[in-house]
Amino acid sequence: MRKIGVFVCWCGSNIAATVDVKQVVEEAKKMPGVAYAADYQYMCSEIGQNMMKEVIDKHNLDRVVVAACSPRMHENTFRRAAEEAGINPYLVEIANIREQCSWVHKDKEAGTEKAIALTRAAVAKVTLNSELVPGEIDVVKKALIIGGGIAGIQSALDIADAGYKVDIVEKTPSIGGKMAQLDKTFPTLDCSACILTPKMVDAAKHPNITLHTYSEVEKISGYVGNFNVQIKKKARYVDMDKCTGCRICTEKCPSKKAKSEFEEGLKNRGAVYIPFAQAVPNVPVIDTDECIKLKTGKCGLCEKLCPSNAIKFDDKDEIITEEYGAIVVASGYDIIDLNKFGEYQYDHPDVITSLEFERITNAAGPTNGKFLRPSDGEKPKKVVFIQCVGSRDKTERGKSYCSKICCMYTAKHSMLIKEKYPDIEAYVFYIDVRTPGKNFDEFQRRAVEKYGVQYIKGMVGKIFPEGKKLMVHGVDTMSGETLVIDADMVVLAAATKAKSDAIDLKRKLNISTDINNFFTEAHPKLRPVETASAGIYLAGACQGPKDIPETVAQSSAAAAKVIGLLNKSKLVNNPCVSAVDESLCSGCLACTEMCPYDAISYKNIEIDDHGKKIKKVVADVNEALCHGCGGCTVTCRPGAIDLKGFTNKQILAEVDAICH
Amino acid sequence: MTRTKIIPDKYEKDILQIKKISNEMINDCMQCGKCTAGCPAITEMDILPHQILRHLQLGQFDKVIQSKTIWSCASCFTCAARCPRGVDLAKLMEAIRLINLRQKGNDRLKVQNIGQLMTDQKMPQQAVVSALRKYSK
Ligand code: SF4
Ligand code: SF4
Ligand code: SF4
Ligand code: SF4
Repeated sequence: MRKIGVFVCWCGSNIAATVDVKQVVEEAKKMPGVAYAADYQYMCSEIGQNMMKEVIDKHNLDRVVVAACSPRMHENTFRRAAEEAGINPYLVEIANIREQCSWVHKDKEAGTEKAIALTRAAVAKVTLNSELVPGEIDVVKKALIIGGGIAGIQSALDIADAGYKVDIVEKTPSIGGKMAQLDKTFPTLDCSACILTPKMVDAAKHPNITLHTYSEVEKISGYVGNFNVQIKKKARYVDMDKCTGCRICTEKCPSKKAKSEFEEGLKNRGAVYIPFAQAVPNVPVIDTDECIKLKTGKCGLCEKLCPSNAIKFDDKDEIITEEYGAIVVASGYDIIDLNKFGEYQYDHPDVITSLEFERITNAAGPTNGKFLRPSDGEKPKKVVFIQCVGSRDKTERGKSYCSKICCMYTAKHSMLIKEKYPDIEAYVFYIDVRTPGKNFDEFQRRAVEKYGVQYIKGMVGKIFPEGKKLMVHGVDTMSGETLVIDADMVVLAAATKAKSDAIDLKRKLNISTDINNFFTEAHPKLRPVETASAGIYLAGACQGPKDIPETVAQSSAAAAKVIGLLNKSKLVNNPCVSAVDESLCSGCLACTEMCPYDAISYKNIEIDDHGKKIKKVVADVNEALCHGCGGCTVTCRPGAIDLKGFTNKQILAEVDAICH
Repeated sequence: MTRTKIIPDKYEKDILQIKKISNEMINDCMQCGKCTAGCPAITEMDILPHQILRHLQLGQFDKVIQSKTIWSCASCFTCAARCPRGVDLAKLMEAIRLINLRQKGNDRLKVQNIGQLMTDQKMPQQAVVSALRKYSK
């Protein structure tokens, strides 16, 4: 006979107000196998736990049921207490009489009855529990960072400084991301390149960091501590080791029709190009769609001119395979396509996005920092900024969320204009100004109070080009005044959005995304940098709109989690994994198809069939990969696969007890 | 100085009816004014389109029903097409007009009576069209 102890918690009045705990105790005493039952005000408190330990000891209990809150909350607490009292932690069961009972009922009689039923089910289950021992897995002491923007760079530097190896995989030819394109950063107006470039160089020089630029994550398998990742290194056609960065090739390349991605299409670049002056690594790539030699076999000028013999037209994509203990996803964001907003005439050259504006004010940009109209190179007199273009937009044209960064960068842009050219008129149309960061509101008010930027609360309805002007039709909702501004330039603060390939990456990583395709954190408040998949963390705007300070903070947080993980010599497994009864397994392998974590493969075994040796295929579970979801157990027709801690017998016993 | 209560209870029924007829979410509007900024008829309006919506949010049915705006609205649906919150203001305008027609009792139009009504300069054409569509038998 088992000796089960039942502990009924009041949870203050949380449970006791709706459940007659004394009666639950009395009923529990009558349940088969129960040797002891008691109630206490707060079982999770130190006194409660100590009481449990003492009783286990005194009454020689071998199993425990705690009727309390959700196991999510305190299962670990009670398992630990039981372990300290000398019994295997998996011999503890929780009956959830709070979330699933007292919180959802008002009637005390009904509540009590249900609490008794739930307790009876837990007692029935625990009777069949067996001791489980978690396995151990090794940890590969190396991290992978997906994305080489400020988020990825910061995470990489922090992890590398802690002494672990880090690889950054970046899709474009250089690290730096969107921040590299910015001119100044709010709210301090320090030059973006000045604060970013040193970090880029640090990342490149750090002995613990390896950069894989112009590379993509191709396939990911494995599990926390042991991820196996295939990385595709796209053919660069330039030998990274030989190239000295002299730039003869990029200057002499005759194909100059491609739009520079870094300059937001405001400038052309060659077929062989370095994305921007401070690019890291400072080695060009050849764009296969643009290179005359790769398309027609002619030209080859760069190859002839290169003093270091670095051009290699026979370069091929290469796939490398690496092992990692942890992964940080820092893949960044994009801005929406403005073609759906016909009323704003984005196809007009003088209607630009904020990112294009950054390039136009940047001293290294296409106009060398002079603020000029793209259409005719003239200096504008009136500039209109429109915020929330596509943000907070519930229709299919936009994004329902607030893009978070536009209020601040628009204030920055208008201020930069007024600072350089006080004679230019600047208007900002806004719905609400949202500036909750440190020194943010002061910054935005400075645009209004010190620089005289005209803020108008109201949206622009339409823009009509008229001669050299852009007629901007808006409304000041506060005064009810309708306005038409004859602007020379219009800057649209377009909504941010998740990267277009986020879904692709999500599938590779087996993590989840929200309805807007941003990656989801494990818990919005308490686990903001973790994903639901162990060992995979999030940093920066791939999780949702974020400014630079927030991105950097989250990146360091993700790095801290990674360091904590890599610092462990062994990881403890969840022992509630599935196990195959090889004598029952028919080898149909239906379970392998069903398992969402690829945890089941097969193996060949030899069995003794009445003295005859025969070979047979059976399912084989990788305990490190199994999440214990139980999908396989219901798929298996002969019932050969069962989940430890949740066996068919245990579940049936619970159901029986509830139907009692 | 007269003060009006911002949200008068007495119009609760009318506002409910507007919601029912139009099936639009009045509270989705965040008062961005984009409807007004793109509306081709504002010069003829006494209350701007976004203000009509604000009055509806505040339950001030009397203001909207008495406005010139509901008759100046050309039902061009520009506001509806551009509203970032997906509020169809043109539908709301139509609902207000409908209620007006019903309350005035002009809701049993016969085709043969239209000619006579059209000569009455005070009756906007729109009212005739609306009334016809909804109530002529
Ligand atoms: S010419 Fe050769 S060495 Fe110079 S940048 Fe080009 S590839 Fe590098
Ligand atoms: S329990 Fe789930 S995760 Fe584990 S082997 Fe079965 S299907 Fe895969
Ligand atoms: S455009 Fe839509 S959200 Fe904006 S004020 Fe008009 S109705 Fe309201
Ligand atoms: S439907 Fe009416 S309110 Fe809306 S834009 Fe057209 S005229 Fe203006």
